[in-house]
Amino acid sequence: MDRSLKSAFDKPGQESRRRAVKGPDHPGSVGWTRAQRIRLLDQGKPFKLEAGGNVDQIDMEYETYGRLSPGKDNVILIVHALSGDAHAAGWDLEAERTGRRWRTRKPGWWDEMIGPGEPLDTNRYYIICSNVLGSCYGTTGPADINPETGRRYGLRFPLVTVGDWVRLQALLLDYLGIERVYAVIGGSLGGQQALEWALAFPGRVENVLVLAASARLSPQGLAFNAVARHAILHDPNFRGGDFYNGPPPAEGLAAARMLGHITYLSDQAMYQKFGRRLQGKSAPEFSFSIEFEVESYLAYQGRSFVERFDANSYLYITRAMDYYDAAQRWGGGDLTAAASRIDSRIMIVSFSSDWLYPPRECKELAMAVCRNGKPVTYVMVPSAYGHDSFLVETEALGRLIHNFLSRRSDL
Amino acid sequence: MSEEKSLSGNNHPDRLTELLRLWASRYSQPIENLSADRLVSLIEDFLSEKSGAKGAKRQPGRRWDHEVIERIITPGSTVLDLGCGNGELLERLVKVRGVKGQGVEIDPEKVYDCVARGVSVLQLDLDEGLNGFPDNFFDFVILEETLQTVHQPVKVLSEMLRVGKRGIVSFPNFAYWRVRLELGLGGRMPVLESLPYPWYDTPNIHLCSVDDFMAWAGESQVSIIEGHVLAEGKVRALEEGDNLFAEEALLVVQGNH
Repeated sequence: MDRSLKSAFDKPGQESRRRAVKGPDHPGSVGWTRAQRIRLLDQGKPFKLEAGGNVDQIDMEYETYGRLSPGKDNVILIVHALSGDAHAAGWDLEAERTGRRWRTRKPGWWDEMIGPGEPLDTNRYYIICSNVLGSCYGTTGPADINPETGRRYGLRFPLVTVGDWVRLQALLLDYLGIERVYAVIGGSLGGQQALEWALAFPGRVENVLVLAASARLSPQGLAFNAVARHAILHDPNFRGGDFYNGPPPAEGLAAARMLGHITYLSDQAMYQKFGRRLQGKSAPEFSFSIEFEVESYLAYQGRSFVERFDANSYLYITRAMDYYDAAQRWGGGDLTAAASRIDSRIMIVSFSSDWLYPPRECKELAMAVCRNGKPVTYVMVPSAYGHDSFLVETEALGRLIHNFLSRRSDL
Repeated sequence: MSEEKSLSGNNHPDRLTELLRLWASRYSQPIENLSADRLVSLIEDFLSEKSGAKGAKRQPGRRWDHEVIERIITPGSTVLDLGCGNGELLERLVKVRGVKGQGVEIDPEKVYDCVARGVSVLQLDLDEGLNGFPDNFFDFVILEETLQTVHQPVKVLSEMLRVGKRGIVSFPNFAYWRVRLELGLGGRMPVLESLPYPWYDTPNIHLCSVDDFMAWAGESQVSIIEGHVLAEGKVRALEEGDNLFAEEALLVVQGNH
């Protein structure tokens, strides 16, 4: 075993509600994983994007865990959030080869939830997670080479939407010969994709779980994204998105990520995690270098993000997040009318201190479903961890997800 | 207990029963058919009971009001259960009566129980109202043993009557004779089967009697369609005098909107 891996599993969980990291040999781990990459669409069969334009050739990266049942009725599709990828669980066998070194230090982003005997039990379900179009983790995005021009797309990549992503996920299922999924589950921007699944393909999904997400981003959320993009777009290294042959717009992307992390936490969580403690010193230095723990945390988050994310992808994905409005797409602005399309059992989970997708907006979505006379479950998990709760509160969420998917009676 | 001594060994039984009759006739309408002997025997029962939860012994298992509600609910109707607890009633209504059921519950643990049962539940605070629900949306709205726990009972009742064609309300009767004696003669906050909590740890903040509820209904142009009670361990239709004899009451109500 790699030394760096070992130290990662031996480290106790950072958060009290999180369990220690599972190593690849842990009975609850899916073990070593290897991503699959397929050419989903090829030249001659271009994928028309909702916002206009098309991409001639689309590769898609995805991972699967568990075994597909003979009746193909045990499929759960996991949809990832803004900075996520297809690597939802386990340890990436090819992390070194593919240059994704950070994956040698930690398992997939929802590893606590997925595995044998876990809430998303791989002994029972066949779990699929794919990377979204425009991202930088194996599915075609702005950092890839446009086969027509032989040059990297950069900002010439067309704008992508949540609707495009969901249509591509449906195409992936077609490719895999899966007509209907047992559940689609996602948090944050992934929650909006899960909702879009319920609206766009009501006949193809039995259960939908929308976590820490509502029908659209609030104006405050739009504002945060605007500042994040401003930082990237005005980094001197950005150069109109054609930065691939030089230094990347690291400061802009780091600033965007730092802002992101502020919105993922809460006032209370910041008090708990950092307070006003100084970073490694007992008295302030009276300088502009890092003084407080919270500054150090944000600087670390910004720095490590730059190593693993593409600035152009950040622009595209935050834009998709901005534009998504379920009511507008499916109900002419009326969320209740939009929700009339839903035919799946649906559970919406919010977190009390989430100010990016606040509980009242998640509740609004639940009420819109209810007003159609459709059964709906809405749960607000009390938590101080803000928007991050959907990744942190694995205990509560695990119980809810397990119970919702394996209900005793067939109601 | 000093009261016990003075009452059981009293030298003026006639005077005592006269006083009780007076009390009963003033505060428990109607009382004519309640004989002095019956009153004295009720008090004797009360005094001879041991400490702990009092009242007629219940059979373990299903709650009496669940069975009554099950009979009242029309098969295939739409039902909203406000304060649905662990979802037991709704689960049963969906299975046995084929209703389309939606629960509402505030307690996170109970919400988790509902999810485990497969009962659709919205985690909402009833005191915030039912704004998102349209008028006359459900055939029945159930408020089972919940009314006394909310901060704004009248608001919750009127919201119930707005969103439902009919409401089903059940609550512990605070004028039940044992409750009265516990407080009136015993001098302690009553702890009975229908009111099982000590004063310092109870969800019950707005207790009322059958007569209180009837008075509110009369003032608010709310019709009582039917009534059921649990009295001395038996489930039966609401009768006159049940303000004294009902441990718990269940009323089917309808607003005049």
